[in-house]
Amino acid sequence: MTSTTTFEKHRESATTRSAVVLSINGQRHELELDNRTTLLDTLREHLKLTGSKKGCDLGQCGACTVYINGERVNACLTLAIMHQDDEITTIEGVGDVEHMDPMQQAFIDNDAFQCGYCTPGQICSARATLDEIRAGIPSHVTKELNGPIEISDEEIRERMSGNLCRCGAYANILKAINQVAKDQVAKERS
Amino acid sequence: MDFNQSADENLFDHARIIGKPHTRVDGALKVTGTAPYAYERHDVADNPLVGYPLGSSIAKGRITRMDATAARNAEGVAAVITALDIDELPRAESNVAKLFGGDIIEHYHQAIAVVVADTLEQARAATSLIEVEYEETPGEFDLDDAWKRLQDRDVVSHVGDVDAAFDSAEVTLDETYHTASQSHAMMEPHATIADWCDGKNMTLWTSNQMIKWTRKALATTFELDPANIRLESPYIGGGFGGKLWLRADAVLAALGSRETGRPVKVALPRSFIFNNATHRSGTVQRLRIASGKDGRITAFDHSAISHTLPGGSGEDAVNQTRCFYAGENRRVAHHAIDMNLPEAADMRAPGEASGLAVLEIAMDEMAEKLGMDPVEFRILNDTQVNPEEPSKRYSDRHFVECLRKGAEVFNWSARNTTPGGKREGQWLIGQGMAGAYRGAPTLDSGARVRLSEGRLIVETDMTDIGTGSYTIIAQTAAETMGLEMDDVEVRLGNSAYPAASGSGGQMGAASSTAGVYAACVALQGEITKRLGVGSARFENGQVVTDDKRVALRDVVPNEELVGEDTLHFGDFKDELEIGTFAAHFVEVAVHAYTGETRLRRTLTVVDAGRILNPVTARSQVIGGMTMAIGAALTESLNIDSHRGYFTNHDLAGYEIAVHADIPEQEVIFLDTQDGASTPLKAKGVGELGICGGAAAVANAMYNATGIRLRDYPMTLDRMLDRLPGA
Repeated sequence: MTSTTTFEKHRESATTRSAVVLSINGQRHELELDNRTTLLDTLREHLKLTGSKKGCDLGQCGACTVYINGERVNACLTLAIMHQDDEITTIEGVGDVEHMDPMQQAFIDNDAFQCGYCTPGQICSARATLDEIRAGIPSHVTKELNGPIEISDEEIRERMSGNLCRCGAYANILKAINQVAKDQVAKERS
Repeated sequence: MDFNQSADENLFDHARIIGKPHTRVDGALKVTGTAPYAYERHDVADNPLVGYPLGSSIAKGRITRMDATAARNAEGVAAVITALDIDELPRAESNVAKLFGGDIIEHYHQAIAVVVADTLEQARAATSLIEVEYEETPGEFDLDDAWKRLQDRDVVSHVGDVDAAFDSAEVTLDETYHTASQSHAMMEPHATIADWCDGKNMTLWTSNQMIKWTRKALATTFELDPANIRLESPYIGGGFGGKLWLRADAVLAALGSRETGRPVKVALPRSFIFNNATHRSGTVQRLRIASGKDGRITAFDHSAISHTLPGGSGEDAVNQTRCFYAGENRRVAHHAIDMNLPEAADMRAPGEASGLAVLEIAMDEMAEKLGMDPVEFRILNDTQVNPEEPSKRYSDRHFVECLRKGAEVFNWSARNTTPGGKREGQWLIGQGMAGAYRGAPTLDSGARVRLSEGRLIVETDMTDIGTGSYTIIAQTAAETMGLEMDDVEVRLGNSAYPAASGSGGQMGAASSTAGVYAACVALQGEITKRLGVGSARFENGQVVTDDKRVALRDVVPNEELVGEDTLHFGDFKDELEIGTFAAHFVEVAVHAYTGETRLRRTLTVVDAGRILNPVTARSQVIGGMTMAIGAALTESLNIDSHRGYFTNHDLAGYEIAVHADIPEQEVIFLDTQDGASTPLKAKGVGELGICGGAAAVANAMYNATGIRLRDYPMTLDRMLDRLPGA
């Protein structure tokens, strides 16, 4: 059997570049990018912000989760040039070693990771999960669509299921998220 | 330091830090995204070129023509290296599949070219411009066909008279089971930055579990002096055995760097993890058990088949059956059959993960035939010696305690014992359990410790693949030197450091901490020599003798003191069976109409010697159990038996467990110490969690539904026609 593959048309489109201004972690970046560059590769390769991870490059693992205008997005599934003037926040903008976000600290406290590769994405999704529940955005497991949604293990597990962890830290991630949720409620009450 | 006899009472029996919970010392780097993984090393290689691989689109045959002209002329492309450009690279001992070079195709997605360009986008696009023609030859891809054709039994071991034992047995079981091929599916793809610009000195920043082995493999593959090869792998985004070996990412990056004279980085695209890299072979297993009416097992007869490329060993699913339970007559046979699939190699608990997934269902079936409680049946058939070789005793085996403790905490006695007999609304509720066994090997391990200004730096080529090595090594050094955790910095995964066991076969924690202990003892010797004293205690940051106390920072101010040693494990261990043991208990709910299976809770009771850090050890156990749940319910590399490749080669098609699949998980560590293992009396737990876990789920499903499934993964289609429904 013989098989031959050619994709001549790729060559013509390969040279197209565009200028784009991205706002990342509050900082403005003027870039000229190959149109094919994903937001994830822009962060990791062009801006050397390597906290967002590439696990699959197919939107299937969640390791690249970042915030675009406050909503969580898989950065591998969107091209950078689509985000002119958008506010992008990465794990580097969530907190650093000296100034950790409560969710980052909760992940350490509950050993909510092992190899650490999915962790920045898990943390970004975990924070978004609590925000989304509080904002009343329903999920597949939400039983009552009218009125506030209760923060429950079931809700958290469902909303976190786009973030894979092969080390299997799920039970500890759940504990970390619950710890932050509890602290937030206590803070609101006081 | 030689470890030639079992450890007596020592400092670890009165520990301040070892055995105590401690969060990960590398935690802050990981949660902030600042731990540097291989592909991210902008600090070591500024502006490297990017390599992108092309994989074979046939499973077996040869390449007759490759034309890379268009790719070479594409924008940004610095070099294209095709398999026809170079001879086949020599294969390292540890590599079964060829990694690159030459016209022969052994498996689908074998790397046949790498395009090196300024950017990923350019390199990826240019790979599609390479024209390839093949001459395809038929391959063999069907394990069930091979199983049916098996004639002669390739017996690994036969003790007693199995046939006679079955002839005279009062109760027997004879069933056939399947386990699926599985992918490591670690979150970080294999990735390497290579600097081989001068074609002489090679430096790789890579993601690899085994520094020493991989350096050796590189030396063979590229015919280099190992002294000219440097490897760094300080952070590894998961391995599970998939990163034990030299793989195509490192080879292609190195070739690209030599060709262009620039550093080159290559990450395997996700699809390559499934068909270019290694996987766990599926198995077909026939298991026969014979016993008296009293439940005492008289014979085991276990045969299994798995696939491999020629020269490999497949998945040896029968090994644990030789020694886990008592029984005078036993025969095991493993057939590793040559097939033209990608390389089958080690994945977490190779052999036992598949073998116990079957043996522990069979034990459940046997208990049912006998009308016995499955916990009591296992207790009755416990052994304190290797039943194949009764003069060889287990150094420290508390499997029975695991079973009893688990049954008590899980409230096993309250369970419904009628399969299919408990229902909550639309859900059938079931409970199941299984035993777990995995060996506790150790490998000689070295380390270097450097004391300066009262601070200690530990250097060893040991790796941390998420296992917690950084933390337990810091604990070991702090304990031995009488320092606090904050006084110790651990540096890992670098070929410039003394060679340790590496991470594999659940031997890393026990071996590497023993090596660090040896290095610390060497440093203690240096310190007492400098102070001109005999023996001394090391506590509270001080050296303490009968008549004086000297702070470690004051021993020799402004000078670094170094201790380096390797812990050599002695032959006395060969006279013993050294293993780890556990019992899993699981509760599931199976939907009465759809067969959807949900885990409700898991409990694992572990006997693995001294637990160096219950925080990180617990994570290893629940992580193993999570992988076992995936193996039980969803994970299967599905083979296109015509074209010969794994079709579900991404993380949407290959379904690992996700958050929604995992319930509350409890782990209990028995307070055991095994002095025969290491000076710290520790054994590994990294693979124990996956052993037997899938069978515990399967047995719980049977208890819930009354439908006995013997083929993994236990998806709903296998039982849909037999469910009670309304």
